[in-house]
Amino acid sequence: MTIDNLIIWFQSWLPFNINIIALFIAAVLITALVIFAIMAVNALVAVYAERKISAFMQDRIGPMGQGPGLHAGKWGLLQTVADTIKLILKEDIIPKAADKKLFIIAPFIIFLGAFIALAAMPFGPYLIASDMNIGIFYILAVSSFGVIGIILAAWSSDNKWSLYGGMRSAAQIISYEIPAALSLIAVLLLTGTLSMQGIIESQAGTVWGFLPNWNIFNNPFSLLAFFIYFVAGVAETNRTPFDIPEAESELVAGFHTEYSGMRWAFFFLSEYGNMLVVSGITVVAFLGGWQSPVQGAMEGAWWGLFWFLTKMTAVIFVMIWFRWTFPRLRVDQLMTVAWKILLPIAFFNLFGVAIWTLIVG
Amino acid sequence: MGLIHAEEMTLNIGPQHPSTHGVLRLKVKTDGEIISEITPVIGYLHRCFEKHCENLSYEQVIPFTDRCDYIAAMNNSFGYVLAVEKLMEIQVPERVEYIRVIMAEYNRIASHLLALGTFGLDVGAYTPFLYMFRDRERILDLFELTCGARLLYNYMWIGGVSHDLPVGFMEASYRFLDEFEKNITEYHNILSYNKIFIERSADVGTMPKEVAIDYGVTGPNLRGSGVKWDLRKDEPYSIYDKFIFNVPVGKGLMGSVGDCWDRYWVRAEEMKESVNIIRQALDKMPRKGDVHEALPKKVRPLKGSIYYRTESPRGDLGYYIISDGSSTPLRVKMRSPAFTALSALSEIATGWMLSDVLVILGSLDIVLGEIDR
Repeated sequence: MTIDNLIIWFQSWLPFNINIIALFIAAVLITALVIFAIMAVNALVAVYAERKISAFMQDRIGPMGQGPGLHAGKWGLLQTVADTIKLILKEDIIPKAADKKLFIIAPFIIFLGAFIALAAMPFGPYLIASDMNIGIFYILAVSSFGVIGIILAAWSSDNKWSLYGGMRSAAQIISYEIPAALSLIAVLLLTGTLSMQGIIESQAGTVWGFLPNWNIFNNPFSLLAFFIYFVAGVAETNRTPFDIPEAESELVAGFHTEYSGMRWAFFFLSEYGNMLVVSGITVVAFLGGWQSPVQGAMEGAWWGLFWFLTKMTAVIFVMIWFRWTFPRLRVDQLMTVAWKILLPIAFFNLFGVAIWTLIVG
Repeated sequence: MGLIHAEEMTLNIGPQHPSTHGVLRLKVKTDGEIISEITPVIGYLHRCFEKHCENLSYEQVIPFTDRCDYIAAMNNSFGYVLAVEKLMEIQVPERVEYIRVIMAEYNRIASHLLALGTFGLDVGAYTPFLYMFRDRERILDLFELTCGARLLYNYMWIGGVSHDLPVGFMEASYRFLDEFEKNITEYHNILSYNKIFIERSADVGTMPKEVAIDYGVTGPNLRGSGVKWDLRKDEPYSIYDKFIFNVPVGKGLMGSVGDCWDRYWVRAEEMKESVNIIRQALDKMPRKGDVHEALPKKVRPLKGSIYYRTESPRGDLGYYIISDGSSTPLRVKMRSPAFTALSALSEIATGWMLSDVLVILGSLDIVLGEIDR
């Protein structure tokens, strides 16, 4: 449901004429609330899933005892809710030496990056806040907003560990955006549009008669682009094996060492929000968005939402799987991967896609 | 415009830090990510072990030795009771000797599991740590079955052990060893041969043979540098000369000899050898015998002194005991292998990055309880 649709819908039942600007603001606020709810629910579910999945991977049982379950909350379903309550009730500490204004504003800036990126995320054929014609470009642009918040948080904390984390993070996120963008440009060559819905619609149909015509199956180069984007995307979310900005065993907690309570929770919220954005772009650009895997079956608005969420969950699961399997790279190795491995491959790949498009069509 | 002004930053790693393995403080000078100077500051866990010993009877010292290296308490008290027995010329029954070796080797496995797991944590791998703790738990279960304690046992007594092996210990042991051998392969698959892990640890913090010998580094750290030196083999104490086992040394499989990966690998291989020794000991052990048979009525060694060393999981653990003929030692000095390992840190870790320094520290496997004493 785009914002325009919402305004038209308002106008259709409101008995009197209201200024179009007021309607626009109302529609934006409603959409913003929905997106915030999506992020919050995503964090609740993803944190719980991460705990349970990591527990099963590590021969543990994970959270138990909270909420309903087979007996006395066997599954610990309300664990994250309990955690959230704990975080809200916690003392909010601002270090004496911190730059107070920047310290307070930093978590919100990080949060904003993931939050406004979701505005162009198509959750279904009609479920998109705003289907702008430069959708994917917009998402790439605003999601790199978060790094400013990270640097602000690191600098304003007046803590050496935070400073290390912030500097590492800046270097990392900026480096990995280049291969990520290059691999997405390869997709744009195939689809010929920047609009998120346009990219998904161009992936309709089948390839070789049985596989869905998703970009990942379209040609060998776009398959390679998928891997480049996914690696770079995981790096942008600051998760293991690329979690050097917060590297627990080295930097204590990196850029959010000094944060506590709800401010800290916002870092967490935006980390999971970033996962949502990265997995969303992966799904849209390579896995056919809300398209059904079987051509002509299980299609429609709600099925679209279902497919999109299923694919997203699968991608997020792989990210969680990464985190609990791999060790962490070192700073210079991380840069080597970005500049000496991913970037040349991404350039070569872009060239390959261009030739392929020229020859095959 | 002049040059950009840059200066070195002094950074305190610890005493409260997730990966200093206890309360160690590293004062480091950093130039960006590069560490140009490391000064370990110790003493945060100093408990006057040696002074305490001068006011306690010989038996009362044993729980204190447990608390020095709390990760390998069995091995620590093993060294101490052997020293006192040598001083008093006590011959312990054969069954006791076997039980002690079994316990010491089990504790060596438990200690190495912790060392490898936390080394994985330092590199950022969380899951192997929990796999290793799962198996360490089972060893602690065996200890609990035997003497009721899981961390600080007070199990080795002068002239014997506190409890005989309980019913079912042998079966549980065999079952554990069978499963544990398979699990070592699992560790190799998830951690040892992981590409990122190798990148992080191979060729990092190389300790050449000469440096290791100069600093008096012993144990797996020395063997990681390619020196075949193991007191169990080269200066057999207790009944270690009755077992067949290898002494694994670092070969530089992934990088150069003496790097972090080699130290890691030596520990992993030593666990296999320990399993081997325990199997042989369980097979050969006399089935009957009183473990309290040789306990002395009162512990009062003749005037004299002794230096006795054993191979603890961290290296040469030596006890120097002076007796004045009374029931209290005049002086007890402990030679701690972790202390010498830590002293080599600034030599091998200077010039590496911040992340590497913590990995190198992890690969040395220090226990602060033993360093500070």
